[in-house]
Amino acid sequence: MTVPLLALDGVRKSFAQRRGGAAVQAVAGVSLNLAAGETLGLVGETGCGKSTLARLALRLLEPSGGRILFDGQDITTAGPAALLAIRRRMQAVFQDPLASLNPRMRIADILAEPFRVHRTTPRGGAAARIAELLAFVGLEGIDTRRLPAQFSGGQLQRIAIARALALEPALIVADEPTSALDPSVQAQIVNLLLHVQRARGIAYLLISHDLEVVGHVADRIAVMYLGVIVELAPTGHLLREAWHPYAQALLSAAPTLAARRDRSWQRILLGGDLPNPADAPSGCRFHPRCPIAREACRREVPELRPVGSQGRYVACHLAPAETAVLGAAIGRGRRGGARMQAREGTT
Amino acid sequence: MILSVRDLRIRFGHAAAAPFAVDGLDFDVSAGEIFVIIGESGSGKSLTGLSVLGLLPQGAVASGSIRFDGQELLNQPEAVLRPLRGGRIGVVYQDPLSAMNPVWPVGEQIAEVLRAHGLAGRREAARRSVELLERVHIPDAPRIALAYPHEISGGMRQRAMIAMALACGPRMLIADEPTTALDVTIKAQILELLSELRRELALTVVLITHDMGVVAELADRILVMYAGKVAELGPAAQIMNRPSHPYTQALLFSATMSEAPAKADLPAIRGTAPPIEARPAGCRFHPRCPQAAADCREAAPNLRRLGDVLLACHYPLLNGDAARPGCAP
Repeated sequence: MTVPLLALDGVRKSFAQRRGGAAVQAVAGVSLNLAAGETLGLVGETGCGKSTLARLALRLLEPSGGRILFDGQDITTAGPAALLAIRRRMQAVFQDPLASLNPRMRIADILAEPFRVHRTTPRGGAAARIAELLAFVGLEGIDTRRLPAQFSGGQLQRIAIARALALEPALIVADEPTSALDPSVQAQIVNLLLHVQRARGIAYLLISHDLEVVGHVADRIAVMYLGVIVELAPTGHLLREAWHPYAQALLSAAPTLAARRDRSWQRILLGGDLPNPADAPSGCRFHPRCPIAREACRREVPELRPVGSQGRYVACHLAPAETAVLGAAIGRGRRGGARMQAREGTT
Repeated sequence: MILSVRDLRIRFGHAAAAPFAVDGLDFDVSAGEIFVIIGESGSGKSLTGLSVLGLLPQGAVASGSIRFDGQELLNQPEAVLRPLRGGRIGVVYQDPLSAMNPVWPVGEQIAEVLRAHGLAGRREAARRSVELLERVHIPDAPRIALAYPHEISGGMRQRAMIAMALACGPRMLIADEPTTALDVTIKAQILELLSELRRELALTVVLITHDMGVVAELADRILVMYAGKVAELGPAAQIMNRPSHPYTQALLFSATMSEAPAKADLPAIRGTAPPIEARPAGCRFHPRCPQAAADCREAAPNLRRLGDVLLACHYPLLNGDAARPGCAP
């Protein structure tokens, strides 16, 4: 087996609370591999730890436990010098481009900064390379003497992507790259991300709460709940037949437009809110909200375990034996057309 | 008609050259319907909602007419508007944390609405506030009533804000992006609640959003706004299934990415919605429109009827198929 581009191995991150409260375990033992050229989608709700995981992968944060390997090299505790070299190959695109681009820097300087920081001159010179990057992201001929505030959100996200591409990375961690954009602009940025990947073979770790975007772009999807991965599967499999009850609830909450249009599906409504991560439930972290939880779920932590031969993983004591049928019904229901009978009202 | 808007124009300042953020809007809302105004940033959708309640930001100048139950609301004195706000017209904002008073318990804020409208004394108002929290399915309402806004979750806060909007038994609810700040599973809960309230209380709901999913789910009729004007107005089922305006079709494509073949290019429209001060001549959508012709650049299309739909487009889509994004022009 080839070495994965990015490997997270039992990664943990806790944040101490002020006034000596219990530490919040934002990421509570996550193992994931990302192959070169692959797109791994990471979905989950506010507070599930997905953005913390992105920052750990980028080593913007130091993990409290576990290991992070980039291209086989252990970067778990790498210092600034080692990280500088790694970051040439690992870049980030964030949600709000206006916040992630320095408002006082001209676009030309923003795009030249990667070369300056890494003390390198691209072949043909920085100016030519910047013009080439801008053309590549569809911004040929813009006035690069202007400041970020003079561009639209969609243009700024293109500039952020151009900056991420400047040093020809192997991996881009994209944290909600389309969420702050108007709907008619989102499709443009999705197309650009796909175009970048086709042309340069870049791998993406794509973090988003938008199942439409992830469902279209990702090769595999990992579903995160309260600091752990509860399900990991090839995109088609997950959308058609999710096995973890939380993944099912997430999918059922966001049906496709077709299903919404004919108003044919019924949702699984989860009771309550995400528990406080500083006081995570015992056993399976999802058990207090799970419609099918048993006694064992309260006691024993389910491991993320491989099931079958199609690269699927699930962390549920009862899956897939007792969950697959409902998963398939939800998959059909949220695509529209068929009436979905299964419904668990727990509110 | 519970709400009638005629030739609504809103701009900032009186200067003759000041562009209209909302530029000649006409629509009617029927009692008991969910009427959705959909648009992107700069479309004027939120200003339209604010103008109904006389809550336009400082410096905004509005003309035209907004009649609620036959009564003119536009540019009326506070003495006329104040009893309506939170009275017969309830309001729900996007971000309850900034819309609520951070130093008052949730129940107290609901009780305040009842007292301010002279509907209850102190003790009665406190009792009613707990009932209202129960009405929006907040578990353990007596305890939540005593909590401060920051102490409860985003979903609970949005429910509490809806309870507040319901306090005086309104006939109409104006909700501006009520689910935008929420996670999908919580969003689902709030949408179910709005739908239930409409059904059980015969409420009229004016919902302002940029989320096609919300529209598909709840709307009876839709007003699609682009750059301050009506793009398309009509029954939700028709607009969602067979959009006539290329802009509506683009919005639908954006909301159906996962229905396209995996990793295939999406039929995206180019560019971005123009800022108020830089709107193009002719049809305001023409620089982004995949099928713009010469006259689209020159003449703004008038609103005209096409079946059940009112439409502003010189070349409407005849078979606008929203269900198959892969087959776009």
